[in-house]
Amino acid sequence: MACASSLHLRRSSLPLRATAESPVAKAVLIGITLVFLGLFLLLPLVVVFQEAFSKGAAAFLHALRDPYTLSAIRLTLLVAAIVVPLNTVFGLAAAWSLTRFRFGGRSFLITLIDLPLWVSPVIGGLIYVLVFGAQGWFGPWLREHDIRIIFAVPGIVLATVFVTFPFVARGLIPLMEAQGIKEEEAALTLGANGWQIFRRVTLPKIKWGLLYGVILCNARAMGEFGAVSVVSGHIRGKTTTMPLQIEILYNEYQFAAAFAVASLLALLAIITLILKTHAEWRAERQLREATR
Amino acid sequence: MTNFQAQKRCRRHALPGLGLTLGFSLLYLGLVVLIPFSALFLKTATGGWLHFWETVTSPRVVASYRVSFGISLVAALVNGVFGVIAAWVLVRYRFPGRRILDAIVDLPFALPTAVAGIALTALYAPNDWIGSWLKPLGIQVAFTRIGIFVALTFIGLPFVVRTVQPVIQDLVAEVEEAAACLGANRWHTFRRVIFPALLPSILTGVTLAYGRAVGEYGSVVFISGNLPFKTEITPLMIITKLEQYDYSGAAAIGFVMLVASFVILIVSNGLQSWNNKRHGIS
Repeated sequence: MACASSLHLRRSSLPLRATAESPVAKAVLIGITLVFLGLFLLLPLVVVFQEAFSKGAAAFLHALRDPYTLSAIRLTLLVAAIVVPLNTVFGLAAAWSLTRFRFGGRSFLITLIDLPLWVSPVIGGLIYVLVFGAQGWFGPWLREHDIRIIFAVPGIVLATVFVTFPFVARGLIPLMEAQGIKEEEAALTLGANGWQIFRRVTLPKIKWGLLYGVILCNARAMGEFGAVSVVSGHIRGKTTTMPLQIEILYNEYQFAAAFAVASLLALLAIITLILKTHAEWRAERQLREATR
Repeated sequence: MTNFQAQKRCRRHALPGLGLTLGFSLLYLGLVVLIPFSALFLKTATGGWLHFWETVTSPRVVASYRVSFGISLVAALVNGVFGVIAAWVLVRYRFPGRRILDAIVDLPFALPTAVAGIALTALYAPNDWIGSWLKPLGIQVAFTRIGIFVALTFIGLPFVVRTVQPVIQDLVAEVEEAAACLGANRWHTFRRVIFPALLPSILTGVTLAYGRAVGEYGSVVFISGNLPFKTEITPLMIITKLEQYDYSGAAAIGFVMLVASFVILIVSNGLQSWNNKRHGIS
């Protein structure tokens, strides 16, 4: 073909490549992207910290030392400490059974695991109210035995489990599917038992993918609002997590205090993004090594 | 023959743990998903058909569908345009700050929705930040439908960018070169060659953003102002019913939303398999 190859064009001093936009178009596109992402992503993040410190560092620290805020932080940490390990075990078990074996209904199970990602978080709370609430299935029985699930910590844990259980499983399934089972089978023929295979062979191969899922699961568990809001009952100092405490403070016009709590969660989000980017990069490398 | 032998060997060396891991997964899913969801279906049914129909077609609830499903569509389409531009810029151009910009695209996944909600409200409230610039122009964003649009755009942004990005990355340069050789200018190449290749992924991303926006609650309720018939979203109607102890009413609206989400899921799965097929060929 008469047309020069792109390599040649790149080396030539032509101002314009045939397969690139003109500098003006390029500048406009970059400009649009900067404005769009700046306006919708960067600015809200800046606002959180700006508003949190709007009354000074002393007011910021004072807001965080409020007993209700402290109890909200404790509850959020407690919920995450229960939910993340549970969902990690579930994610590992689901990924192991779904990628190491073939059985009927496999794709249905994968769809079921995706469910919380496409239903409204409010529905995630609603379903537990319908089971354990005062008018729910077990409502009368629970009242007789004086067990509280809805408007108490167990309900918050359940709703958070529902919203966050897909993350670890979804992080692991594509990775383990691509890595295959050759090494595990080799270990089996060498006499390793199931636990040894998992710990010595599988776990080192999937650790970055696992970390990726755990990070996302944790971020969502600490930040969940819709589902938790339905089941919590908003009892101050007892069933308010950090996002709910933000809502209460905000509705009481204590804006600086609301943003002070919000800034902690925003900081968590930034750390999550950094760790996630790193884990993603390492997981991709593990995947490339596996498929090579 | 070899296939049969491989299968046989596979069976003999079958890895352990199927019973334990599958059993645990099924138990977990049963307790967390299946039992609660059957409660939703049964509660919808026990309310009776008449109550169901009255609830889901009451004017206030219908107005909320218009807000939730309508504004989500606008937000998803806007993301469809700007998300593709952003994906293009992040893949094709090199400029300072690109990697940070690329990482921050996932912010809506990581930032708790309540935090996003109050931050956007503070940005667009009439006397703050951007809101104070828009006020003289007679535009009010917070506590109006425009505010809901802003929140839903924020929530859906990563879906389009992250679905389109890998497809742009895998575009074959020779196709663009061939188009240029055949005399197409850059705009023609984009319209006739690049855009058709990206279209399935764009539609998939838009559908995913739409599905997420329809169910979104946390980031919207702060900025929307929640005026009946004007800025109430459907998830809020569920919460309103629960606060009135109308469990079967809440279940009925939840059921409608679930059906809608299911339809969106089917469409998105169809688009995704179309995308994969197209992608496999090119």
